[in-house]
Amino acid sequence: MKQLLSFIKKEVLHIIRDKRTILILLIMPVVQIMLFGFAMTLEVKNIRVAVSYQYGDELAEKITARISASEYFDIVKTINNPLDIASIFKTENIDTIIVFSDGFSSEIYKGGIPAVQIINDASDPNQASTVTSYISAIISSFQNEITGRNMPIHINTELKMLYNPELKGSYNFVPGVMALVLTLICAMMTSISIVREKEFGTMELLLVSPMKPAYIIISKIVPYFIISTINLLTIILLAVVLLDMPVRGSFILLMGVSFLFIFVSLTVGIFISSLVANQAAAMLIAGMGMMLPVMLLSGMLFPLDSMPKFLQVISDFVPASWYFTAVKKIMIEGQGFMNITKEIIILTVMLAVLVAASVKKFKVRLG
Amino acid sequence: MVKVENISKAFKNVQALNNVSFHAEKGELFGIIGPDGAGKTTLFRIMTTLTIPDEGAVFINNRSIFNDYMKIRKNIGYMPGKFALYQDLTVEENLNFFASVFNTTIEENYHLVKGIYSHIAPFKNRKAGKLSGGMKQKLALSCALIHKPEVLFLDEPTTGVDPVSRKEFWDMLYDLKKMGITIIVSTPYMDEASRCDRIALIKNGAFIDVDSPANIINNFDNILIALKADNMRKLLKDVRKCRQIKSAFAFGAEIHAVIDSDNFIEEISSQLKSLDHKNIEIYRIPPAIEDCYIWSR
Repeated sequence: MKQLLSFIKKEVLHIIRDKRTILILLIMPVVQIMLFGFAMTLEVKNIRVAVSYQYGDELAEKITARISASEYFDIVKTINNPLDIASIFKTENIDTIIVFSDGFSSEIYKGGIPAVQIINDASDPNQASTVTSYISAIISSFQNEITGRNMPIHINTELKMLYNPELKGSYNFVPGVMALVLTLICAMMTSISIVREKEFGTMELLLVSPMKPAYIIISKIVPYFIISTINLLTIILLAVVLLDMPVRGSFILLMGVSFLFIFVSLTVGIFISSLVANQAAAMLIAGMGMMLPVMLLSGMLFPLDSMPKFLQVISDFVPASWYFTAVKKIMIEGQGFMNITKEIIILTVMLAVLVAASVKKFKVRLG
Repeated sequence: MVKVENISKAFKNVQALNNVSFHAEKGELFGIIGPDGAGKTTLFRIMTTLTIPDEGAVFINNRSIFNDYMKIRKNIGYMPGKFALYQDLTVEENLNFFASVFNTTIEENYHLVKGIYSHIAPFKNRKAGKLSGGMKQKLALSCALIHKPEVLFLDEPTTGVDPVSRKEFWDMLYDLKKMGITIIVSTPYMDEASRCDRIALIKNGAFIDVDSPANIINNFDNILIALKADNMRKLLKDVRKCRQIKSAFAFGAEIHAVIDSDNFIEEISSQLKSLDHKNIEIYRIPPAIEDCYIWSR
């Protein structure tokens, strides 16, 4: 026991002495939350809109007022001459132009078919389609108001977005950042710290000593387990306070699943360390090999359902994608233990397989 | 104490060790002498239970490296060729850590390392990575000694260390030997061989001789001469052409050559003179370990 404690103390010293790394480890989750939360948002906001209608057109002006009242749009210019439209994308920094046909109001009053044209800068196709649907929604709701019951047949589609009525991006990426940070710290740092012993030749000494291999592993794990827990709490705190993320389910369940995932990632790190001989290789495999699947295949950035079948199969083998699903279910949907048993069972099986593989690969002699 | 029996070990297509045997008694200072790549480190790793040999067996105090490796590990001290210290820990933290790994404390065995550790004690709060080569070596030795091992395995402990520290280091080994610790040490420096009780000369993975340094020198059965002249490069070429000379090698500022009879010295001298060599010196010299190594079978 004394052996183990002094070994853990040594590991803690390694981490504390390397001030830059510890700083990065503790600040990384904060920066990621800030980046994903405020800078790299996938939501559409502050769209610069120009409108074009005949001067004094009453209904066109009303619609324009509605659009400008929305937080998504800024009306930056009103054009009264449709001939300017072609040049305005070039001269002004405009995302969208809404063109009302000449005599828009009078056409409506006559019962004719008025036309509205939406011209988008579609160099960002996602944004263009989102903007189009927002504007169409505003126009059609306006249309419903003025035509009212006069229409013979009228079907009104009412959308309800469950769990995330405001369609906030943070609901998706906070669980993603949790998976990403925990994977990076646990898998990468653990594997690097074990491989460093190999590289500096101290592993040779540890093997020659009567130290039990299990002690070596445990003492490598403990400090990073603590750091991961601190990071986990930081992320949840920031998400709740800054990004209004709810924790609808049980907090204890959330921490439980997170600890399970932390252990899976730590074992991944140990397994990687048994495969490679130097720190650079460990960093590449753990960093790139783990980070990319977590970002691309967990569902954090791209929906898994729209991926080709074989990528979906691969993502089933990425522990982070199960953790990601479980966290979303607990935090956002408020589901209980019974509804995430599948994720828990799969993560536990992964943990068992990895532990078995690592124990098998850990050598009591030099390779 | 240390019994090595017919050890062979191959890596892919390199025969690192070929049928190596020796034994070292308790309290003996045994040297394994040979250049880089001769197989010294592989032999050390086999003796310290880190690597399994392809053939043969090793017994440390009658314990086999195959079955009793955990017991062996408790009772040996090992200092790998590269000073394996934690660079970001201080001198004291390193020593403390290695003491606790072996379930002991610095206080308990301080008498063992006192002579060595006292040299570096003034720097005990300095990080190991910031020490000089000589100080790293002393710290590594202290770390290998702190658990009172029966046998010390030192793999090239003096490589990359200044001459003064090298001399100090050998003095320390003498003190340890007096305490009854068996020491197996390897070195590529032939001049250090004479400080061992017995040595093994290792060449391409095989032992070419195992004996005391004095015996190895006595058994050198050729006549060794040293040659010098102004143009050493040309001299070596010409000397190698002399039919009286069996073989010759550049040896620092001299050329060492082996001949069959003392009488040849005059003949060689006149022959070199006729080849325009100036300031020729030729004299018979006693062999050193390095000569024995070069002219060994």
